Amino acid sequence: MRIIVPLQGIVQGRGGLILGSLIPCALLYFFQFYLKRNRSSPPPDSPSASTANLPELTGIPRNSSRTSLPTRGSIRPVPVSSRATAIARDSDSAYYTGWKKYLEDPYHPTSNPDGIIQLGLSENHLSLDLIEEWLAANLQKSLLGEKRGDLSISGLATYEPLGGLMDLKIAMAGFMSQIMGGSVSFNPAQIILTAGATPAIEALSFCLADPGNAFLVPSPYYPGFDRDINLRTGIKLIPVHCRSSNNFSLSIAALEREYKQAKKRRIKVRAVLLCNPSNPVGNILHRETLYDLLSFVTDKNLHLISDEVYAGSTYGTEEFASIAELLDTGAFDNSRVHIIYGLSKDLSLPGFRVGAIYSYNENVISAVSKLTRFCAISLPTQHLLVSMLSDTKFIEEYLKVNRERLAQMYALFVDELKQLGVECFKSSGGFYCWVDMSKFLKSYSVKGELELWENILNVARVVVTPGASCHCIEPGWFRFCFTTVTERDVPLVMKRISKVLKDHKASQ
Amino acid sequence: MARGIRPGAPLSKIAVSKAHGEDSPYFAGWKAYDEDPYDAVSNPTGVIQMGLAENQVSFDLLEDYLEHHPETSSWGSGISSFKENALFQDYHGLQSFRKAMASFMEQIRGKRVKFDPDRMVLTAGATAANELLTFILADPGDVFLVPTPYYPGFDRDLQWRTGVKILPVHCHSSNGFQLTLASLQSAYSNAEASNFRVKGLLITNPSNPLGTAMSRSLLEEILDFVAEKNIHLISDEIYSGSVFSSPEFISVAELVETRRHETCEGIHIVYSLSKDLGLPGFRVGTIYSYNNRVVTTARRMSSFSLVSSQTQKMLASMLSDEEFTANYIRTNRERLRKRHSYIVEGLKDAGIECLKGNAGLFCWMNLTQMLEEKSMEGELRLWKMILNEVKLNVSPGSSCYCVEPGWFRVCFANMTEETLDVALRRLKVFVEKIKGRKKKMIS
Repeated sequence: MRIIVPLQGIVQGRGGLILGSLIPCALLYFFQFYLKRNRSSPPPDSPSASTANLPELTGIPRNSSRTSLPTRGSIRPVPVSSRATAIARDSDSAYYTGWKKYLEDPYHPTSNPDGIIQLGLSENHLSLDLIEEWLAANLQKSLLGEKRGDLSISGLATYEPLGGLMDLKIAMAGFMSQIMGGSVSFNPAQIILTAGATPAIEALSFCLADPGNAFLVPSPYYPGFDRDINLRTGIKLIPVHCRSSNNFSLSIAALEREYKQAKKRRIKVRAVLLCNPSNPVGNILHRETLYDLLSFVTDKNLHLISDEVYAGSTYGTEEFASIAELLDTGAFDNSRVHIIYGLSKDLSLPGFRVGAIYSYNENVISAVSKLTRFCAISLPTQHLLVSMLSDTKFIEEYLKVNRERLAQMYALFVDELKQLGVECFKSSGGFYCWVDMSKFLKSYSVKGELELWENILNVARVVVTPGASCHCIEPGWFRFCFTTVTERDVPLVMKRISKVLKDHKASQ
Repeated sequence: MARGIRPGAPLSKIAVSKAHGEDSPYFAGWKAYDEDPYDAVSNPTGVIQMGLAENQVSFDLLEDYLEHHPETSSWGSGISSFKENALFQDYHGLQSFRKAMASFMEQIRGKRVKFDPDRMVLTAGATAANELLTFILADPGDVFLVPTPYYPGFDRDLQWRTGVKILPVHCHSSNGFQLTLASLQSAYSNAEASNFRVKGLLITNPSNPLGTAMSRSLLEEILDFVAEKNIHLISDEIYSGSVFSSPEFISVAELVETRRHETCEGIHIVYSLSKDLGLPGFRVGTIYSYNNRVVTTARRMSSFSLVSSQTQKMLASMLSDEEFTANYIRTNRERLRKRHSYIVEGLKDAGIECLKGNAGLFCWMNLTQMLEEKSMEGELRLWKMILNEVKLNVSPGSSCYCVEPGWFRVCFANMTEETLDVALRRLKVFVEKIKGRKKKMIS
């Protein structure tokens, strides 16, 4: 079964299985029709596979109980909303080929060496042993009322203050400061805690713009933004294309152009959204660029959202500077600046659902705090993290070792890919290589990119993310995550990919 | 925080709107408590919190369980189970946890129904569940019918970000504030006449703030009504485990199973562990839907409010321990029943009647005779007096959109018996004072 996804729909990293984008790509759909003759849709009520992780297209399992009897008696189904229709249609036509394939046949070095290797998920598996060790030593105390010194669930279970426990805000402020190398301090009163960075960015977006307004986003960008920011808010994302000729760095001139264009089309731009360190490119914005950005948003009276979830996952020689650093100088009105953070990347704890918004704007803090009623962090998790994040010695050691491991894996991947004749962009952070496979494309186009992507998936049996799903304007770039495999797996990965590359080179 | 010379980048309409409802007296009373909280030793004249529907009567059972089952709060030996859990952000939720929730919900309903774990969508609390369902079932500008009096948080949950509007279906003391088919029909007709698109009906069963469970015949009528109008039914059953006296709780799930000849595609249940298990801080809620499409789409949208994998793992073993849950449900009910009797007696002694209730963590008090003026203003004046002079935070009926002034919700499960005693004594004194004042005014 070959079903091609409008590839913005592949969302890795935040949200796991969650489908992304609502933004159609006409070319992708045409390509889909092109391949349709090879495509067979799954039957609507086929029983689900054994794992609970499978996306729902296979339907809910039938059993004899009343609970899953098909509709009888009513000719008119009760309607659902247009937002529900969009998220359903998007997934019906856009299937998680890569993710599903991986789940059906996941690679394992000993038990399933021929399985699909997952390099499309921006998760860090390299340093969880460090956290597990810490937990083994500290768990009992931290989970159940260490503060009271007894197993007191009543302290755990009552309604928490809006926006999270003050203790966790304090610990998070300290952690963020440690992450940023101590060059800036964060005020706990300006932190709002949420169940992950996904609801953080959505809640913030709800407060900064109305439906139909727009955010300018340097591209290529994280595919999940399309869902996180647009699905329920109705806010548009306008990509500001960055190019390889310019090292994929953001040009203020390009920003100006898109802003003017939007104005012409009578679209109200309300904010610029950055991801720094960036996903999928992995570059770090220079202080000068941040400064220019602050000037730009001040001039146009816009908000600036800086998503810094990878701030602690840097490994290059370039130094990371949070936007917070530039605000310390007092040269800019900081009421327009908001930072998104979370523990899914830097601390490898996506399952625990811990995110944060850091804002300098009282009204934003007040509004977002109320919105956390919909996305609060579970109290036992908060307590656990208060203990962990307050152990600054452990955090320091963890950050150091994790960075080393990231640097090592990154270097290994880059070297090995180079041996195959594949160049990578020089990244400084994140969990991925930004890989230039343009010279392997049979045609220098999105179609060509998707064809290569498909072969890497079906022939090499490796999941990677094509640049098209990240809105990259130049075809041929791919994101390969290197943090979900071990060093021992790398030769196999390269061997499999090289076969496909040889085929592609040969047919050129 | 710096403020610029210019007003700064503008915020959205949602950010500045008051649709979050937090300015209501319902929430304002909490603030008064926060500023001057009662403590038997350190602040005996402080405000006693009777406006928060929390269940604190059965914590010891949970603590006991956790103490005897340390594996609940650990990930077991070896890194792989921790690693798996730490990385688990699948919006399907842990299967073991969904199974445990389904089993717990079945037990609450005396095992008269079966819940399919694959129809369960997990959310960070019932607050998120109600909002999520609203996003899935209705578009901005659509309307949900909600019987009054209703939980004030619904304004925020159903309207704030979704753009959906609540159309209240008023209930009256003449029949014990029960919802009637006639009032539903009339509300629906009025909506149609005003060109509103009604997309669903939200009932809370057992009711907050009334503390009563719906009768089978009423539920049958409701199911007929929603089927006829082809609208959705959301049954918020978060207090289902706190039905402590007859009539027995009947869930829409039971009716769905008996009405086999009909479609149930428009039926959805909301549940949470915040009330029955007294764990609001854990943020565990669920949508149970009989509609495949709703399950699928709600699940995808639940990314914005997932339950911590750590919490799911912790609760999975506890909730699938049937011996524990059966004992918990039974004991919790009994303690609530006792507490309820105690407060009803105490209020009676103070000269206050309550609506006859059989569920929930609160009583619906009738203070209509104590109003100087039978109006909303009169009610709010009385509320302020009770808050500022008697130092009790109770919830005025107007914050629940009750059309008859003078009714108040008073919670009884979020404090010790001693504190409840203090509250009842204060109330008695206050009622006598008011009666005395009124006598003087008449004579």
